[in-house]
Amino acid sequence: MIRLEARTSTPAWFNLGLPLLAIGATLVLCSGLIALAGAGVIEAYGVMFSASLGDSYAITETLVRATPMIFTGLAVAVAFRAKFWNIGAEGQLLAGAVASCAVGAIPMPGPLAMLLMAVAGAAAGAAVALIPATLRVKFKVDDVVSSLLLNSVIFYALMALIEGPWKDSFSGYPISPPIEDSANFPGLLEGTRLHLGVVAAFLAAPVIWFLIARTTLGFRIRVIGENPEAARYGGIHVERVLISTALLSGALAGLAGVSEVGGVHFQVMSDISPGYGYSGIVVAMLARLNPLGVVPAALFLAAVMTGAEAMSRATGVPAFLSDVIQGTALLAMLVALLFTAYRIRRVGTAK
Amino acid sequence: MPTPDPLIEMRGITKSFGAVKANEAVDLSVAPGEILGLLGENGAGKTTLMNVLFGAYAPDAGEILVQGRPVTINSSADALAAGIGMVHQHFHLAPRLSVLENLLIGIPGKSGRIDRAGGLARLNEIGRQHGLTLDPDLPVSALSVGEQQRLEIVKALFRGARLLILDEPTAVLAPTEVDGLFSALRSMAAQGLGIIFISHKLNEVRALTHRCVVLRHGRVAGRVDAPASTTSSEMARLMCGHEIVPPARGPSTPGAAMLTLAGISTSRHSGMALRDVSLSVRAGEILGIAGVSGNGQRALAEVISGVRVPHAGQMTIAGKIVSRFSPREVQALGLGRIPEDRMTTGLVTNLPLADSMVLPRIGTDAFSRNGLLRPDAIRAFAEAQIKAYDIRCPGPMTRAGALSGGNLQKALLARELAFDPKVLIVSQPTRGLDIGAARFIHEKFLDMRARGCGIVVIGEDLEELLMLCDRIAVMYEGRIVGTLDSADATIAQLGLMMTGAEGTG
Repeated sequence: MIRLEARTSTPAWFNLGLPLLAIGATLVLCSGLIALAGAGVIEAYGVMFSASLGDSYAITETLVRATPMIFTGLAVAVAFRAKFWNIGAEGQLLAGAVASCAVGAIPMPGPLAMLLMAVAGAAAGAAVALIPATLRVKFKVDDVVSSLLLNSVIFYALMALIEGPWKDSFSGYPISPPIEDSANFPGLLEGTRLHLGVVAAFLAAPVIWFLIARTTLGFRIRVIGENPEAARYGGIHVERVLISTALLSGALAGLAGVSEVGGVHFQVMSDISPGYGYSGIVVAMLARLNPLGVVPAALFLAAVMTGAEAMSRATGVPAFLSDVIQGTALLAMLVALLFTAYRIRRVGTAK
Repeated sequence: MPTPDPLIEMRGITKSFGAVKANEAVDLSVAPGEILGLLGENGAGKTTLMNVLFGAYAPDAGEILVQGRPVTINSSADALAAGIGMVHQHFHLAPRLSVLENLLIGIPGKSGRIDRAGGLARLNEIGRQHGLTLDPDLPVSALSVGEQQRLEIVKALFRGARLLILDEPTAVLAPTEVDGLFSALRSMAAQGLGIIFISHKLNEVRALTHRCVVLRHGRVAGRVDAPASTTSSEMARLMCGHEIVPPARGPSTPGAAMLTLAGISTSRHSGMALRDVSLSVRAGEILGIAGVSGNGQRALAEVISGVRVPHAGQMTIAGKIVSRFSPREVQALGLGRIPEDRMTTGLVTNLPLADSMVLPRIGTDAFSRNGLLRPDAIRAFAEAQIKAYDIRCPGPMTRAGALSGGNLQKALLARELAFDPKVLIVSQPTRGLDIGAARFIHEKFLDMRARGCGIVVIGEDLEELLMLCDRIAVMYEGRIVGTLDSADATIAQLGLMMTGAEGTG
């Protein structure tokens, strides 16, 4: 018989080791599926690795892929720190994409256009996040449900836009008009898709870390998340801080959309996000809500996504395995987190 | 009274958590009909020992014998099967279910149906035998704390407990309820049950128990065979390892009014509302608020702390009228606060201790500038307070939840007193603390009194209030029924007022 016993202290190496352990467990668990699909496990993972990290081009592709997930991962990490359960990063990303696309289509000097795209996208994301936050603060509506369901609302609003007013009148495709060429984010390296948004994402992580760890707003976010009653007694306006957190979280998710429009697609279409908003939840959990940890966690998921496509082409294993790995990684991490608070003890059977 | 074959025997129990030995070679036995007192300071290992007995922890070494036969207890179900029942400090009851339903949870019925009639008969029988009567159809949420405790005891007996463990049962009771509990326990012992009674209150232990085991640093520090004829100070010496002298409250000359409430009433939002409460505390004075819990003390503390806005009446702090009743406003006017529930309204258990210690003042220049934290200042402040108050912890970055209750209380005290409050509102300041820690807290209050602070102490322990306070006001059903000078007050008189009888003072 085994059972869980509360830990009195958590070993320091756990914090670093747990995500690695969760990733390892995920790869082992998913190997069964690969075998079931009729491919060699070692070979399949080998293709995945070389296609995502094997050469410099593969690495740049993984970086480009990781960029929106760094933004959404940060968005979720910030929100979850305050126990604002923002499951709506997907919708906030889409809102950010639409707003930045609208701004980017207006002719104006490039740098100004990029700046305004970022501002508009962040504002749109923040505005969407404000809805579940306000519902929770004013009417105690569950934020998980409201932020999650809002994703569908935003998605279909986007569809209505690109099927309607934005529809390409020549081709008839449901895609928005492209943004101005001058508003395209500059590339960083000839022959790759690296763009300005990638740099912005890598800079955002330490900035958000600083905000959480070193500012009074960050302190208040941490405290209202851990113990809102003590925060209230301590003179913190819990509701106000929650709203600020939601705005920040939504703005970050909105920037993910801005970066995809300005740096990758230059327009909006229905599949502009293959669930980057939801992946942000996995990223944030793998990072244990640490903004600095969001970067490696996003890189891991990006590598899995790029690698899974190549693996699918090479071995015939369906590319959906990428989704399975993501889901398994989240579950593995949640299980791993249990062991920070509990340990397993083996006990004799009762008489 | 002890018979040769003990009901239960623990031999050489050792249990470590990491490097800390919570129990080391502890021997303990209870005979049928015996009430055993288990004494010790916080962290002495009482709770660990009882958790081992009740199956929550597996001991590293040692054995447990029930009526002479060795047993392995791995869960509370095993403990119950071995005839061991426990009444925890925090009750394990389902508030929406009735008394009878709570009693029947987990009891197999007859052919898939709950045996209500059988349960009712047993409930009435147990109630008659020991004076533990309860209305079987009332929901638990409608019971007083004392009645809930009674239900926990009945539950244990209902499940056939031969040995009952009570962890600080009197901490939540009014004096009259304590008498009722004691007579029930004596009646159970007279019928051959064994009882382990855990308490910090030495006079209670002396009045009730037949024999005592004193733990210190996880080991048995001493055994007292005749508690009734042993002095409290002797027992205290066994517990602490040194002499404990209660602090003396010297005379003081109260100055100007520091806190006044005039005609304060609150709406019945949650719990008992305040009805036309007026009081005043002067500089250099300690005012006690006595009363059975649930008579408006919580609302009073909330109004003074600025988290509840009264719908009538006026409050002043240090001569200034409180207009908005926000925590920030009352704190800016000079209010310090030691909350009743350290864990829920005081500290943030999952964050470093330092964070909790600066929480109420995080927006001020002391700890932040232009929206940026000053980590060095925060750390230095926490380190200085840890040193000044002898808070036992590895350092300011330790998770607050890892500290013991006494050390947390010291941390809260340090954080409030560091900024020289003009008024201090304190609820149950020493609940769950051991003698040494309680003594330290009392001394600090008397220091603050001497420095001209006005202090309000909300409490249920009348002895503590009489020792500490200059005046004692008694609350009953949201009103103050009377205020006595503690020099002329007696426990009997206060106890009577706590049941609603008008005071004379």
